Amino acid sequence: MQLINKTAIDFIGKRNITFIISGIIVIIGLIGIVQIARNAANMGIDFSGGTSVQLNFAQPVPLEKARALLARNNLGEANLQEIQEGNKLLIKVGKASLMAGNNADTIKEVFKKGFPGNDFVVESSTEIGPSIGDKLKKDTLIAVGVSMLGIIMYIAWRFDFKFGFGAVVSTLHDVMAMIALFYVLDKEINLLFITAVLTIAGYSLTDTVVVFDRIRENLNRNLSGSMESIFNKSINEVLSRTVITSLTTFLAALSLFLFGGEVIHDFALALVSGVVIATYSSIFIASPIVLELERRSERATQQEAQLQKL
Amino acid sequence: MPKGIGWRIGLIGIFVLLSFLYLTPTLVSKLPSWWSVLPKDKIHLGLDLQGGTHLVLEVDTQKAVEGTLDIVATDLEDTLTGKNLHFKRISRTGSDAVTVVLYEKGTADAVQKLLKDKYPTYEQSPLHDEGGFVALSLRVNEKDAQDRKDKAVQQALETIRNRIDQFGVSEPIIQREGINHIVVQLPGIKDPQRAIELIGRTARLEFKMVREDIPPSAVTIPDDAEIMKEKSVDAATGAVSEVPYVLQKKSLITGDLLTDAQVRIDSQFNQPYVAIDFNSLGAKLFDQVTAANVGKRFAIVLDNNIYSAPVIRERISGGSAQISGNFTEKTASDLAIVLRAGALPAPVKIIQNVTVGPSLGQDSINKGLMAGLIGVVLVVVFMAIYYKLSGMVANVGMVLNVIYLMGALAAMGATLTLPGIAAIVLLIGMSVDSNVLIFERIREELALGKSPKAALDAGYDKAFLTIMDSHITTLITAAVLFQFGTGPVKGFAVSLSLGVIINLFTSLIGTKVTFDLFLHKGTVKNMSI
Repeated sequence: MQLINKTAIDFIGKRNITFIISGIIVIIGLIGIVQIARNAANMGIDFSGGTSVQLNFAQPVPLEKARALLARNNLGEANLQEIQEGNKLLIKVGKASLMAGNNADTIKEVFKKGFPGNDFVVESSTEIGPSIGDKLKKDTLIAVGVSMLGIIMYIAWRFDFKFGFGAVVSTLHDVMAMIALFYVLDKEINLLFITAVLTIAGYSLTDTVVVFDRIRENLNRNLSGSMESIFNKSINEVLSRTVITSLTTFLAALSLFLFGGEVIHDFALALVSGVVIATYSSIFIASPIVLELERRSERATQQEAQLQKL
Repeated sequence: MPKGIGWRIGLIGIFVLLSFLYLTPTLVSKLPSWWSVLPKDKIHLGLDLQGGTHLVLEVDTQKAVEGTLDIVATDLEDTLTGKNLHFKRISRTGSDAVTVVLYEKGTADAVQKLLKDKYPTYEQSPLHDEGGFVALSLRVNEKDAQDRKDKAVQQALETIRNRIDQFGVSEPIIQREGINHIVVQLPGIKDPQRAIELIGRTARLEFKMVREDIPPSAVTIPDDAEIMKEKSVDAATGAVSEVPYVLQKKSLITGDLLTDAQVRIDSQFNQPYVAIDFNSLGAKLFDQVTAANVGKRFAIVLDNNIYSAPVIRERISGGSAQISGNFTEKTASDLAIVLRAGALPAPVKIIQNVTVGPSLGQDSINKGLMAGLIGVVLVVVFMAIYYKLSGMVANVGMVLNVIYLMGALAAMGATLTLPGIAAIVLLIGMSVDSNVLIFERIREELALGKSPKAALDAGYDKAFLTIMDSHITTLITAAVLFQFGTGPVKGFAVSLSLGVIINLFTSLIGTKVTFDLFLHKGTVKNMSI
């Protein structure tokens, strides 16, 4: 069976469009990063500090009523979230409203009194002091930095400058795009999300490398035709494999997303979208960048040659 | 059979056997007695899967240094009094020094010499004037302070371990993390709140005299006295009332002189109380104190709260006493535990508390397994349809991958977390990835008209570098995540990095040998791919 037969799609020719699209995505991602740095994004309490309690009620609880109840008890800043299945409610209180004492207990008490007759079970409760959040933030920044550096160093060793640059840019693009997605969807930026981002950063290279390997092979074979057509030919040749390698990982991640349960729902979402983004960028971002660089260096050599002729 | 196939099949077989050997303790609930020499480590379930409480405690180590200095101050008071050297005041100043204030310069020389002999490691300041008196201070040096802090964390850890052991939690994990953090994991705990209170309590027990000559309402109280409150809860109404007392600051007896503490029930009022026994020094002190103060009040203070302030009716010798208060059976037994286990050398603060209920944990396991199963089915079906028989070979490789990974996790006694399960599911997808790379390459070679065997070898050769690339980059991030991650993330990193290494083996050796076995004669004309 063959899903993708011989294709001749002009991927490279569409680079202006994809560069604009990705440019916008990256800008949103940058805004997301600034907001994360300012703690203005939807930060998980593992970074911001605070309390989160997940309650499983016997009967449905209207969100507005719960919100009003919290507001009456000076917990108006609390973030309420309904979980699709069951009558579950996730209540998050940031450190700003963290009083002395036990916040989780306060929340439990409030709901016990506010909804008498509607029993609930505390499924999970998390309290994180601000000092831990700050330490975690610092550790995470280091982790992201170190792994990015490791990947860049590996690429630098494996490829020449032009390919290396293309791979790094497309990896950073994927990271930005994932941040942009979570920022726009207002999903929680927590430790698991960062884990997913780093995993995809490593994974994204696989796709890029598959395409690059073929481009290099074809460049070395000195095929006739313009550089643009060699690039296009290479991408088309490996299109089937790029898509199918992603497809199997995508299927696995998708089943996590659909059936893995609420705890890793967002984590799986990050993985699913990351796989898609990584595949897109290996075709539409990494290769065109290398092409631009190759052309520039070609032009430079030509100019030099002309200068020498003169 | 061509060279090299035998040992490769052997290796695969041995690894499968080893995996099942290591997995047995995880899969079998009760091991037979003859198993004793074989591996017993098993895959542990993380707290997110089995429910439980994860705490990070911060030890206020500065307080431990201050506590030591307080003892030095008290000690000096006794020594100087004993030697008839008159002083105005000896007290801790700031967080790292003890200041001695003397009436006259004459005694200063003797005091200086004495301090030098008694506390050689402390830094002595030159004499200076303080409001017309002569003062000098004794500063603890940086290294000693650091040592003290370090010891305090160690002691706190031991004490907490002791308390948890007495409380009764199966397989608790109590570890030091960083400079002043202690991580406590209590899997499957039923009453987390009670455990947290038990762990977090400093439990510093002191007996102090009540200064009945000063009314608690006094505007100023002398330097050597302090006000503390006795809290009592009305059993009927639940109303809390507080009675203030003025106490002598210096404690007469402290909790470290106890040998035992037990819950007893008062036969008259059917009220639980805690009976305590002193060691010989404590018993002697208690005897002296009660003999000298008959008719006066003394207070039993725990963590700066007065539990009771009875009047001493008679001299108590024999070294036993009782602490009564508004106890329930639970609070009394918890108090007995903390008194037996001893006080923390410094207060601890809970800076992280993650509690997962058992229902959510079970739910996560079920869902995680379900997702994994569906993921496997999707991938298996896809591969079988798309690559036919070759796809099935890849599927076998994937199954081998999962078996090896579980075996390796068991051999390491690793902890499986929900993100760890996610990593395994992700690996199911990634493990056939390598085969897809190889198969696509083989298809290309076949299209060029090569024989199945030649196409196979070329496919593996040419895909090799790409496969290495993808595995190494994933391994880099997994290693970093392992280094910096905690709890669930670490579980993810462990599964991912092990999986990547194992996958390299199965895709380059495991599936290859199957093809070699079928194709080595070169008689196969058509490859099912």
